[in-house]
Amino acid sequence: MSSIGMVLADSSVIAKRNIIKIRRIPDLLVGTLISPIMFILLFAYVFGGSISVPGVDYKEFLVPGIFAQTVIFGATITGSGLADDMQKGIIDRFRSLPMAQSAVLVGRTASDVITNILVVIIMASTGLVVGWRIRSSFLDAVVGFVLLLLFAYAVSWIMALLGLLVRTPEAFNNLTFITIFPITFVADTFAPTQNFPAVLRTVAEWNPVSSLVRAAREQFGNVPPGYPAGSWPLQNPVLYTFIWIAAILLVFVPLATRQYKRAAAR
Amino acid sequence: MSVAPPTVGTMADAVVARGLVKRYGDVTAVAGVDLEVPQGTVLALLGPNGAGKTTTVRMLTTLLVPDSGTATVAGVDVVADPREVRRRIGLSGQYAAVDENLTGFENLDMVGRLYHLGRRRSRERAHELLEQFRLTDAANRVAKTYSGGMRRRLDLAGALVANPPVLFLDEPTTGLDPRSRNDMWELLSSMVGQGTTLLLTTQYLEEAERLADDIIVIDHGRVIARGTADELKTQVGGQRVEVVLASDREVRETERVLREQFRGDVVVQQRARRVTASVSGGTTDLVEALSRLSAAGIVPLDAGLRRPTMDDVFLTLTGRPAEEVVGETGDDKDDATTKREAHA
Repeated sequence: MSSIGMVLADSSVIAKRNIIKIRRIPDLLVGTLISPIMFILLFAYVFGGSISVPGVDYKEFLVPGIFAQTVIFGATITGSGLADDMQKGIIDRFRSLPMAQSAVLVGRTASDVITNILVVIIMASTGLVVGWRIRSSFLDAVVGFVLLLLFAYAVSWIMALLGLLVRTPEAFNNLTFITIFPITFVADTFAPTQNFPAVLRTVAEWNPVSSLVRAAREQFGNVPPGYPAGSWPLQNPVLYTFIWIAAILLVFVPLATRQYKRAAAR
Repeated sequence: MSVAPPTVGTMADAVVARGLVKRYGDVTAVAGVDLEVPQGTVLALLGPNGAGKTTTVRMLTTLLVPDSGTATVAGVDVVADPREVRRRIGLSGQYAAVDENLTGFENLDMVGRLYHLGRRRSRERAHELLEQFRLTDAANRVAKTYSGGMRRRLDLAGALVANPPVLFLDEPTTGLDPRSRNDMWELLSSMVGQGTTLLLTTQYLEEAERLADDIIVIDHGRVIARGTADELKTQVGGQRVEVVLASDREVRETERVLREQFRGDVVVQQRARRVTASVSGGTTDLVEALSRLSAAGIVPLDAGLRRPTMDDVFLTLTGRPAEEVVGETGDDKDDATTKREAHA
């Protein structure tokens, strides 16, 4: 078997295993699917009345933000799954097999994409129920969804590195909870950055989560053409987001791979 | 990496290690282990927790790269060509590495696919092994619902998926209840009868004796003895008479009586009020000792003939009891797990 063929074949075996697991652990599925629905409902009906976005219906503004936050959380399954596998000795079993060793990480991150596709479908349906609409062309919308999934895929590799570093799923979950909330809130996600204090506003405008959300809104046609852009990243959100995706993958794929080899060899 | 000695074992050795060393910071886990396992035979690495058994196995199975020394498995160098080695080995670790959210069948099928047996052959092999390991009824249940013994059997089945010529088992029965342990021994004996080369680690002399052709005793990362079970037991002094007493006065008295009878090797454990003497005459020696004690007016709380334990091996070989890192007997799986996490 050629080495690329072997990586793909082994990765699909690993991905299949992870998908089976998600089906078998209901709380994982519930956590991943219910929390975004809850977020959409809470923000739309509790905060929605108090947050005003000039020229835009808040629900239209909100739903792409929830998409971004949720797919980023979806990417954390890679980290907790790897930490769990380390703890239970399953990585040792994989390491003793003549398989492509990169398949453990490639398969793991790929299965997060599959869960995220499922999550996006559920969220989009909930969004449609509360009044969110795609007002652009089909192709534009597809680009929006692909961008969300690609960004989450890149984040999976950061999570892979973190999961391998902390080595227990509990520690990993605490770590991601306290980091992902600020990163996704200090952004153009749930409230417009215009009202942020100056320093926070600058941080938010350069935060790739902002550009991701802005790109998604534009691709879905959720903001009107003349919507205030702000700094360069928000003027070119698709490009800026792609640069981040590429940069994260370039840095974290090798780092996570190296950490996998190290962590397994202890 | 140091230069290996010219002797690299014979062609008939399935596993050869020369001068294996592994250090973690200041701690030397394995300090120059040499071993060879002739094809079709069983070698037991015997030693307490923390002796370096697992580290040795991890180096031989390509999970760890040795700091120095060389090793070949089925003729392939473990450092130079790990993937070729992995094709030829099966490994079952100390912590049953089954995915508890997959069924027994799914676990084995996955391992078969990762050995690149192909879709159909992986499925067939999974069913064969489930049958062989008496797990057919549980094949479609998630492994989470399995008993400890069933998980171990499933883990062992995982190591056998590709019919590897060389098998490594790290403490295959640690944490099992006596009945499951017996089951496992029977399974392993029948496998070895079919020509598999096996290297196993254990904390139990009884297990080594029952399964292994050769035994290597390892302590603080060094080989301190090697030989067949009989040879080791001869070194340890075979059987012992053990007497437990009610008072310190009786302990002193008993020590005197037994020294007189057996001339020499008598060990006194003050706190346990236990006196032990190596004997060669079996029950005759026990009866004789009891009648002597009775004549001296001593009534033991307990007395009997004991087979040598690993503690005895250690006492004899190192002049001190086996240093247990965890618990009294070190066979509590949960304790061992806690210890591993604490080190992580």
